[in-house]
Amino acid sequence: MANVQFDLVSPERRLASVAASEVRIPATEGDMTAMANHLPTITTLRPGVLVVVHDGGADEYVVSGGFAEISAETVSVLAEQALPKGEVTQAIYDQMVADAEAALKTAQADAASDDGKAVDAAKALSDTVAIGAAIGLTTRV
Amino acid sequence: MPNLKDLKNRIASVKSTRKITKAMQMVAAAKLRRAQDAAEASRPYTERFTAVMAQLAASVGGSDSAPKLLSGTGGDQVHLLIVMTAERGLCGGFNSNITKLAKIHAQKLLAQGKTVKILTVGKKGRDALKREFGSYAVGHVDLSAVKRVGYVNAQDIARDVLARFDGGEYDIATIFFARFENVVTQHPTAQQIIPAKFEQAADADVTLYDYEPGEEEILADLLPRGVATAIFSALLENAASEQGARMSAMDNATRNAGEMIDKLTIQYNRSRQAVITNELIEIISGAEAL
Repeated sequence: MANVQFDLVSPERRLASVAASEVRIPATEGDMTAMANHLPTITTLRPGVLVVVHDGGADEYVVSGGFAEISAETVSVLAEQALPKGEVTQAIYDQMVADAEAALKTAQADAASDDGKAVDAAKALSDTVAIGAAIGLTTRV
Repeated sequence: MPNLKDLKNRIASVKSTRKITKAMQMVAAAKLRRAQDAAEASRPYTERFTAVMAQLAASVGGSDSAPKLLSGTGGDQVHLLIVMTAERGLCGGFNSNITKLAKIHAQKLLAQGKTVKILTVGKKGRDALKREFGSYAVGHVDLSAVKRVGYVNAQDIARDVLARFDGGEYDIATIFFARFENVVTQHPTAQQIIPAKFEQAADADVTLYDYEPGEEEILADLLPRGVATAIFSALLENAASEQGARMSAMDNATRNAGEMIDKLTIQYNRSRQAVITNELIEIISGAEAL
């Protein structure tokens, strides 16, 4: 089976660069799986878990913010925040949820001027909470 | 002529200065490596990001509905200058070169009758601009507690800058920082970040992408991140430049101290010999008088 060149970069480092057979991306409008010969697509990301399947098995990364650029031979994911699943501790996860909650509060405060932002922030928060369920951490409420 | 004891003290003090500058140079060299690695690590992200943004901007840019961050507010009356400098001194002309560029820019704008607002990042820039442009300052970001600049720091600054933009506080934002070329050369640079400008890639190799959601939504989502990315790479360039400038400044200082020690030592030896000769003359003439 043909492979695609997968790159995952965050502003601070390059997390992965492997030949993958499939990449499952948490896109804004729903999860999508990119394989070889995919239609060239650019999509934004929502907070979620990204799965890369390659010869050595499957790797999971927690990503949030940014976009994915998919072409026939390459998949590049540029995430503002990206961590291998194993590095996400309860403390980091709590921080992510707290950040999302704070963003929602600010957005709600501005809601009078821009309603769309509050909706987006609420969605981001629920997505972030959903990550916890996906990687086996609980929200401390 | 200073006496022997003074000279000796002087030599000792220059020697300890040399030790300090030498140590600072070595610390700066180690930090420079780390700063360069960090800048290197961020490059793939920044490059891909800019490439995609340029492509999007080219296809959406012309339309009326283009986001304000790209097309501008329509005016260019109020300028926000974001002056990014170091938290510490003793790094040669690094801080003053950046502030000088910012000052020239500000004076030019003021001469044209524009309004100038200044946001400083780093203590040295604020201190340098306080006297002349203190009344234009609208804020200051303190990074003195930050050991290694991370993306979060850039995000914080970007959030502040964007909030001011949304609040209609300014029309055009420009960042000032020093681009790192090598240890001896750092170029003070002014880069306009709002409205965003992209250099059009001339190559014809443009893949037609499907955009999900639409091009404009993606652009609207990415532009604020673009501001953070630009600030982040400026912060990293600045960090590398600062250490590079400090390294060469301290190298010079160490060399100067060495020269000074040599000169003082020669002077010391000469005076010592003069004292001995004097004593001998006194003894000999004393013996002859007998």
